[in-house]
Amino acid sequence: MFAKILIANRGEIACRVIETARKMGIATVAVYSDADADARHRALADEAVRIGPAPVSESYLNGERIIEAARAAGAQAIHPGYGFLSENPGFVGAVEAAGLAFIGPSAASIRAMGLKDAAKALMAEAGVPVVPGYHGARQDTDFLAAEADKIGYPVLIKARAGGGGKGMRLVEDPADFAAALEGAQREGQSSFGDAAVLIEKYITTPRHIEVQVFGDRHGNVVHLWERDCSLQRRHQKVIEEAPAPGMPPDVRAAMTGAAVRAARAVDYHNAGTIEFIVDGSGPLRPDGFWFMEMNTRLQVEHPVTEAITGLDLVEWQLRVAAGEALPLAQDEIPLNGHAFEARVYAEDPAKGFLPAPGPLLHVAFPDGARVDTGVRGGDRISAHYDPMIAKLTTHAAGRAEALFRLRQALGRTHISGTSTNLGFLQALCLDPDFAAGRMDTGLIGREQEALTHVGPPDDAATLFGALAALDLDPARPFFGFRLWGSASRRVELVSDGQLVARGLRLLGPRQIAVEDGGRSVTFEAVTIGPDWMRARQGGRNLLARVAKVGSAVSVLLDGRITDFAVIDPLAVEPSGGAAENRIAAPMTGLVRSVPVEAGSQVAKGDILVVLEAMKMEHSLRAASDGVVQAVHCAVGDHVSDGTLLVEFAPGERQPEGEEAHV
Amino acid sequence: MTRLTSKLSTNTPDFAANVARMTGLVEEFGALAETVILGGDEKSRARHVSRGKLLPRERITRLLDPGSPFLELGLFAAHGVYGSDIPAAGVIGGIGRVSGRDCMILCNDATVKGGTYYPLTVKKHLRAQEVAEENNLPCIYLVDSGGANLPNQDEVFPDRDHFGRIFYNQARMSAKGITQIAVVMGSCTAGGAYVPAMSDQTIIVREQGTIFLAGPPLVKAATGEVVDAESLGGGDTHTRLSGVADYLAENDAHALALARQAVRNLGAPPAPSITLREAAPPAMDAEGLLGVVPTDPKIPFDIREIIGRIVDGSDFEEFKERFGTTLVCGFAHIDGIPVGIVGNNGALFSESSEKGAHFIELCCQRRAPLLFLQNITGFMVGSKYEAGGIAADGAKLVNAVSTAAVPKITVVVGGSFGAGNYGMCGRAFGPRFMWMWPNARISVMGGEQAAGVLATVRRAAIEGRGGAWSAEEEASFKQPVLDQFETQSHPLYASARLWDDGIIDPRTTRDVVALSLRAALNAAIGETRFGVFRM
Repeated sequence: MFAKILIANRGEIACRVIETARKMGIATVAVYSDADADARHRALADEAVRIGPAPVSESYLNGERIIEAARAAGAQAIHPGYGFLSENPGFVGAVEAAGLAFIGPSAASIRAMGLKDAAKALMAEAGVPVVPGYHGARQDTDFLAAEADKIGYPVLIKARAGGGGKGMRLVEDPADFAAALEGAQREGQSSFGDAAVLIEKYITTPRHIEVQVFGDRHGNVVHLWERDCSLQRRHQKVIEEAPAPGMPPDVRAAMTGAAVRAARAVDYHNAGTIEFIVDGSGPLRPDGFWFMEMNTRLQVEHPVTEAITGLDLVEWQLRVAAGEALPLAQDEIPLNGHAFEARVYAEDPAKGFLPAPGPLLHVAFPDGARVDTGVRGGDRISAHYDPMIAKLTTHAAGRAEALFRLRQALGRTHISGTSTNLGFLQALCLDPDFAAGRMDTGLIGREQEALTHVGPPDDAATLFGALAALDLDPARPFFGFRLWGSASRRVELVSDGQLVARGLRLLGPRQIAVEDGGRSVTFEAVTIGPDWMRARQGGRNLLARVAKVGSAVSVLLDGRITDFAVIDPLAVEPSGGAAENRIAAPMTGLVRSVPVEAGSQVAKGDILVVLEAMKMEHSLRAASDGVVQAVHCAVGDHVSDGTLLVEFAPGERQPEGEEAHV
Repeated sequence: MTRLTSKLSTNTPDFAANVARMTGLVEEFGALAETVILGGDEKSRARHVSRGKLLPRERITRLLDPGSPFLELGLFAAHGVYGSDIPAAGVIGGIGRVSGRDCMILCNDATVKGGTYYPLTVKKHLRAQEVAEENNLPCIYLVDSGGANLPNQDEVFPDRDHFGRIFYNQARMSAKGITQIAVVMGSCTAGGAYVPAMSDQTIIVREQGTIFLAGPPLVKAATGEVVDAESLGGGDTHTRLSGVADYLAENDAHALALARQAVRNLGAPPAPSITLREAAPPAMDAEGLLGVVPTDPKIPFDIREIIGRIVDGSDFEEFKERFGTTLVCGFAHIDGIPVGIVGNNGALFSESSEKGAHFIELCCQRRAPLLFLQNITGFMVGSKYEAGGIAADGAKLVNAVSTAAVPKITVVVGGSFGAGNYGMCGRAFGPRFMWMWPNARISVMGGEQAAGVLATVRRAAIEGRGGAWSAEEEASFKQPVLDQFETQSHPLYASARLWDDGIIDPRTTRDVVALSLRAALNAAIGETRFGVFRM
């Protein structure tokens, strides 16, 4: 076994690999970019090496630099994680050429599976079902259109070198084919440097089911059951599970058998995944699945497989890479219960899932779920990298229970500072079709509006936010005491860019009403803990997690996170009063310079007059952007204290090209 | 230490009647308070808000620490005194916590007659300053006032305890190191201009606060100069040119935050000069306070029923329990603060007076604050008692009460009549705070006694002239006197004239006393030097 390995990755997967290595007594070397100088993976590793600035091309994709780091640190092997260099056969070759082990498949295997059309031909030869389609070299539009007609619409056009949804177009109407083809080619060219495409039959109610395989250098190949990754948004997996719901034994046998054949066909060793597209229009059939592609690396969603098998796939990777045989034979690999994984992202579902990089002011995960994360409270989701915050994995004897636990875990995950998809993931857990195991890759797209709907902050969240913002503890003696009547005050918070102004009426011990116009909602038994708050309202018992970082407050209530910004009345920007517009001499002196004239456009802080008095020069400056209205002094004038020198009208400065102010 | 227990049966018709009567009174005062708390009429409030100003009570809650109590003084001031309603006499005053410190807050209510000073507005302002000075409380003036109410100028301007006294007090308090902070949130005209000018630190709201000795109309009349209010005395002028104000605020919220900042910079509050212990709630139920006082004022009640419901753990160490039993004296804690309690269980006799004087001496030795629970018809009268020297014995009590340097708090829970009011630390004897229950009555003697005295004199005069006076004639002679005493002894009559600091819901007595004591502990407790006790 290796004594020391380098992990050529970042984020949760780097942390994940470090944890297993540590368990096995293997020292770890992390690499980091400048953006990750304070990242969790760097802190977790035994050693860490800076590999370059933030952009991936200069850091995590810089294979040469990484290999150099591994050699310098004395690592014997490199774990690539997923993404970045994990499926780059050139990198594998370079690693091995440097005398290091690559913890993954051979360059040849990666290459064989890397080009989609060649891979499909290879698979067809090995007896693995493939989607009807054209994978040939001819790329002229008319020919491809004719092939599409032959396959039958709808068809999918895919960039040959593509992946992750890039360079992919669905065509339902032959009339749209040419335009779609052009788009796919363009994206293929720009993203992968290869404009070539392939055309496939499009399955109308497709499910995405994949089989985890593992091979060693001793000729053994096993599968570790399947995963269902049908919940996707624009080809990005959202929630994955294992095993696939509604999977009959004969279909499982057919699929896993095909997957093992596929791996053997490329002489595969280490972890890999065979992805199938499955006809989900009815019950699963042994003849209703087709090979899509092989991922020649550890998958993001491997934790669900670990959950149902009880195995550590990274440990297997290390053992295989070190030359050991697979730890278990096929019939020794268990399948216990059901597992789900949800990917928590810094993105804004209400704004079309726009990535939302930014500071994570507060990060707290609940018990009851496996959490894979690369961040901590106070870290930042960088715009340079994938905005994933964490993966939550739950496992239980049955599917319904595992799903319940997933929703519960998501609802108890508290992340503040930036938008996340936590609410969307919870809504998805409640989707009746998903709950029943009736899903296909189009489910999210169809239900997106309902799944991403967010209402205004509710009164309870506002109450808790206000209590935290004001440091208001109803348990304090004489809380809001008044001889008669009750104390009341307005509180102004900002949530999601909107002002939330409410009245708080302190009715009595632990009793507070939230007032909004004529509406009033009374909360009883309001209690504040170190990081939680409780109250009763009507028949509801409310329990919220509350975090306060500086002037930001975040409330997690009923699975919903509401972030509030507290308005500091002291932070008010002074408004330019009338007097700031009349620049008078602050003392008696000599006008040394007047760099402006009537009509001059000036910016805030620009010098209007320089006065010499008491042997010192005094610069009188514009209090805001604006225009000089009149100048009442000239160089050499002796002016007395209070003399009006310049009149000035504040306002938007007219743009004057790109002129810079010095 | 004895744990007091209630001897009242709560399931009797009498108790229910007591509760019903007191509940009715509390509701009556509660309803009145609700209208007073609103301030001026709806139109004035709407106009105030439309100018971007916060309403006075919102200003106060924003100035206070969130959740801070506010011990309001003189809420019912001026009620029914002037022809039209002047809620709270147009100025809100009270003690609350600002940046962790107890402060006296005085806030003009511009929605009430433009915040102008009626005679009782002046009296309330001076009373609040007196409380601040006695208890060493920083003063924050939220100024928004048109100055003296001109139609009442004769009762506002010239006398010792009139308008000028406000500035005299500011200067003297500042000299004692009691911080004076003004926040100019509206007009501050003529004499009023001295409130910010006499303050240690002054904040003014831009385009809202104005300070000038004479407003634009008077300036025009006097000198012909035409000038707008903002240029004459606005925030910009005063923070940039005159220096009359120190901080320019953009709006009310900003101004109040600046005031909080100013208090934060005063440093830590003074440590109490006596040892406190952890507070414990009374073992007896506070709700029972509603049923303690009988509906008929002639029926006595045991003051221990009240003591047990307001002191920590209902624990009361009674002093001289077997002697002078009409005055109950003893040691207890309220909200963790040691306190000597003096309460009435009947008229004052020589023994009870001497016992009271003795007990007050003990409290002064130990620097324990005193709480007087007044329910007193007076000193015992009659030849036996006069011969026994009750005047001298009563004087001992009055002497001790007058000279005791410990903080004194008085709560009138029943009658407060005649010299009994003096012996039990009435307003004239400088209690730090004086509160009244809704059932309280205060007058030189009971209405019936007064009418009886007057009727006796009258009958003597008539019969001396050989005339006759029928019982009917006597009754109709007495009625106006009875009516007058009933009206004038009513707590609202007293509170309207600031003979007390406020009327309270009996159930809040413990909180009110505790907050009064906490306020009092801001000032060091000095050494007492008693006068000559006539032996």
